[in-house]
Amino acid sequence: MRTVEYEDTLPGGRHWSMLVRRGVNLTLSDVQGGGNLAMLLYNPVNPLERLNLPDTLKCQHTFRITEGHCLYSDMGRIFCSVIHDDVGWHDAASGTCNKALVERKWGSTTYQELRNDVIRNGRDNFLIELAKYGLGKRDLAANMNWFSRVDVSADGVMQLADANSTPGAAVTLRFEMDTLVIMHSCPHPLQNAASYPRHAINFRLSLAEPLADDDACLLSREENGRGFVNTQLYALGDG
Amino acid sequence: MFKESERDTDSARQVTKVLAGDYCVYPVAAGETLRITDLEGNQAVDTLFFNSDDLHERYSAFDTIREQGNLYLTTNSVLLSDEGNPMLEIVADTCGRHDTLGGACAGESNTVRYALEKKTMHSCRDSWLLAIADEYAHLGLTKRDLTHNINFFMNVPVTEQGGLTFEDGISDAGKYVELVAHMNVLLLISNCPQLNNPCNGYNPTPIELAIWES
Repeated sequence: MRTVEYEDTLPGGRHWSMLVRRGVNLTLSDVQGGGNLAMLLYNPVNPLERLNLPDTLKCQHTFRITEGHCLYSDMGRIFCSVIHDDVGWHDAASGTCNKALVERKWGSTTYQELRNDVIRNGRDNFLIELAKYGLGKRDLAANMNWFSRVDVSADGVMQLADANSTPGAAVTLRFEMDTLVIMHSCPHPLQNAASYPRHAINFRLSLAEPLADDDACLLSREENGRGFVNTQLYALGDG
Repeated sequence: MFKESERDTDSARQVTKVLAGDYCVYPVAAGETLRITDLEGNQAVDTLFFNSDDLHERYSAFDTIREQGNLYLTTNSVLLSDEGNPMLEIVADTCGRHDTLGGACAGESNTVRYALEKKTMHSCRDSWLLAIADEYAHLGLTKRDLTHNINFFMNVPVTEQGGLTFEDGISDAGKYVELVAHMNVLLLISNCPQLNNPCNGYNPTPIELAIWES
């Protein structure tokens, strides 16, 4: 286990962002279980390069994300690899909750009345974080929903699994390039709990081990081998 | 869900053939009906829609599938914008299933999916980028506006175990999908040139667009 360099906890329904450098591990933990962490990724040098989940899913022939998978940008590079996962299935196909959706499910609330317990929504949370970097709604893309599982029947019906993630379950992302990480902890958009769920997500940063020749993400698919070549070329000459 | 249309292209205000590897941009007014026909079968039609009165409002694949609770598009699917507004509705479909999960091909993703030397092959993203950089530069669209698209006539089933498969198309020559616009929209289509997977049956072919006034 590598030394934890930084640790923090995002309360349920909140948002944050940070630059994560190449060679850093980000470990997310679902503190109480049943949580959701929505995430978008951008290249800080050229934010037009961003997380592309359609490319991510099709090049690995997968609908779920778990250990051994990589998250790709639209430029054929790998933002991060999933090097450890206690959960087994993370959703990449449901987007995020917006104002109309949370009002429909949990009613309209005001800050005046509830202070920081006001019901926040995922789209607004993303927009606030994106605006800090000069990005806006045109820069939104399909997001990851860590800790949530959505099953699909043969005829396409989508269903959010109950209690997919247990208390303390963790997933570790090893960053393969410098990445702007945008995240929020609002409920999954298919969540139908009677009251607005507020699940804290803990996150820890540590320094990654160098990529080994037998790395599971590198070898999990031939496509990932080529993705790593693209990503390493991008860092050529950078120490 | 299979549903045939009673419309006749003789009464359409516009009928256009789009060759494989070409792009096209057309307005469709609220109330008008758009039909896309797969003329020779097994052709993926990579499609984006924008609100033509505010181009920064656009089709949102993931809001659309979540709100309908189903991964595939077919008759009665309402295509939603990123603002949650209905843009178009599928009113007829003789193919039965269309993908909106698989995205579009690009030179860079070709390097990952197939081989490094495939990166200079023509792709949907190239077609879109050329459209918005040249002939339609006056619209002010940039790469940030090219988001997750619909692949009409493409079949990308999800397995129970969470796998994703690219199946040979379920489409065939003459199959079509018809949509009525609920707002003024602008369509941006790349008639897919991909040669490396079965989405076009390894043989990209022309499509036909027809638009009827309301």
